[in-house]
Amino acid sequence: MATLLIAEHDNTNLSDLTARALTAACAMQAPVTLLVAGSNCKAVAEQAARLDGVEKVLVADAPHLAQQAAEPMGALIAELARDFQAVLAVASSTGKSVLPRAAALLDVMQVSEVTRIESPDTFVRPIYAGNAIETIQSSDPIKVITVRSSAFEPAGQGDASAPITAVAVPDDMALSAFERQELAQTDRPDLGSARIVISGGRAFGSKETFDRFLEPIAAKLGAAIGASRAAVDSGYAGNELQVGQTGKVVAPDLYIACGISGAIQHLAGMKDSRYIVAINKDADAPIFQVADYGLVGDLFEILPELESKL
Amino acid sequence: MNPFDEIAVEEALRLKETGKAEEVVLVSIGPAQANETLRNGLAMGADRGIHVQTDARVEPLAVAKLLKAIAMEEAADLMFLGKQAIDDDANQTGQMLAALLGWAQGTFASRVELGEGRVSVTREVDGGLQTVSLKLPAVITTDLRLNEPRYASLPNIMKAKKKPVDVRTVESLGVDIAPRHTVLSVTEPPARKAGTLVASVDELLDRLRNEAGVL
Repeated sequence: MATLLIAEHDNTNLSDLTARALTAACAMQAPVTLLVAGSNCKAVAEQAARLDGVEKVLVADAPHLAQQAAEPMGALIAELARDFQAVLAVASSTGKSVLPRAAALLDVMQVSEVTRIESPDTFVRPIYAGNAIETIQSSDPIKVITVRSSAFEPAGQGDASAPITAVAVPDDMALSAFERQELAQTDRPDLGSARIVISGGRAFGSKETFDRFLEPIAAKLGAAIGASRAAVDSGYAGNELQVGQTGKVVAPDLYIACGISGAIQHLAGMKDSRYIVAINKDADAPIFQVADYGLVGDLFEILPELESKL
Repeated sequence: MNPFDEIAVEEALRLKETGKAEEVVLVSIGPAQANETLRNGLAMGADRGIHVQTDARVEPLAVAKLLKAIAMEEAADLMFLGKQAIDDDANQTGQMLAALLGWAQGTFASRVELGEGRVSVTREVDGGLQTVSLKLPAVITTDLRLNEPRYASLPNIMKAKKKPVDVRTVESLGVDIAPRHTVLSVTEPPARKAGTLVASVDELLDRLRNEAGVL
């Protein structure tokens, strides 16, 4: 038996997150087949085939898979999954929408947001917004798992190319139709896989100051910009930048929290970062309890100084 | 009531208030105390409740199966669920319910517009926002920015005590809720060791470069 890993992509480029999920898939101790489902996604399949540890690549190419909508993806994965011992996907907004649908069609439970694989049936995952860690054993015949990509190192990429095979796609049930999307355009690294993240909170006071003080530093550091939920709710940053329990979970080498108090909701999204720096006017802010380096002071003075000295 | 579920109740109530829905029925699955959760939702303005009473641990797949049975009995057109529980954070029940019913799903909704035979849902996705049009009936899971739930007024809390709640058993719905997962252990996450305060930007940069080696 083998493990089926669902590739994360936009029909053109394979996401870096897939290589991280591949490391988790390899921990299932069985050969890994990668599924690339989309529309005109041949280039993605070729990128996927070069990842170290991929035994073969299946391509499901159909117009109604262009947005990887949950309804056709769930049906496709449930159909293919019967030949596998496990199905894995990144716990991204796509993975979270698609995989539970496939699990229910297979009459199995999903194991969500796994951070460590102990054995092919035993998994470690955070609960209560990261305040507790549970280890669970699944008795289901097919394990359906989403993995927290920040908890796994990316697999490498070589010259060898795994064989690529086309698979049949179930007919479009036309339950849902794509209308439009507004995706943020940015030249900065992806928040989910950036090596350095600099985040801002409500202390910035406006979108204008949020951008004016954080963007030059992010550019110099080659960092992704993140935001607390308070900053997103106040309109300083888009929802796609939110770090926290209901936003993205990140674990970069360096996380710089600026004007963020350190609510549990936010900590759930960043406390596994390798080094945490906190810059805050309030010396009693809870963020200082998890920060490796804390600097107490006015961020409107500290950030320009930091930028000029980088 | 979990905050995501409160938002789900609020959205259903708004559909009724704008004449787009006839009735709002609340469902809760759990021990006797779940009745209190239902009363909270009834005090917000829902019409009646269904309490599937059980003291067993009920996993998301089992919850989805119980909700499917209720949806079919009630001939529901739209099912609203919070996007995730705040204990296991699993984020899967709504998607599973949609799959079992063969319905369309709109997860992580930040905007819902009900039309004729379809519902348009704006979803919070990793890169920004995505809008999809779902064929009815459908399942929608709610995110934090969809609405601001109302507070129940004292007269409505009193009225809610008299609203009907139908108590059901798992057996009457014909669903097997035997768990598929065994919890082997629950532990505290490893604590981060206390860090140090630095006095200046120069010291911070020095530490990041020469001690941590991350710059």
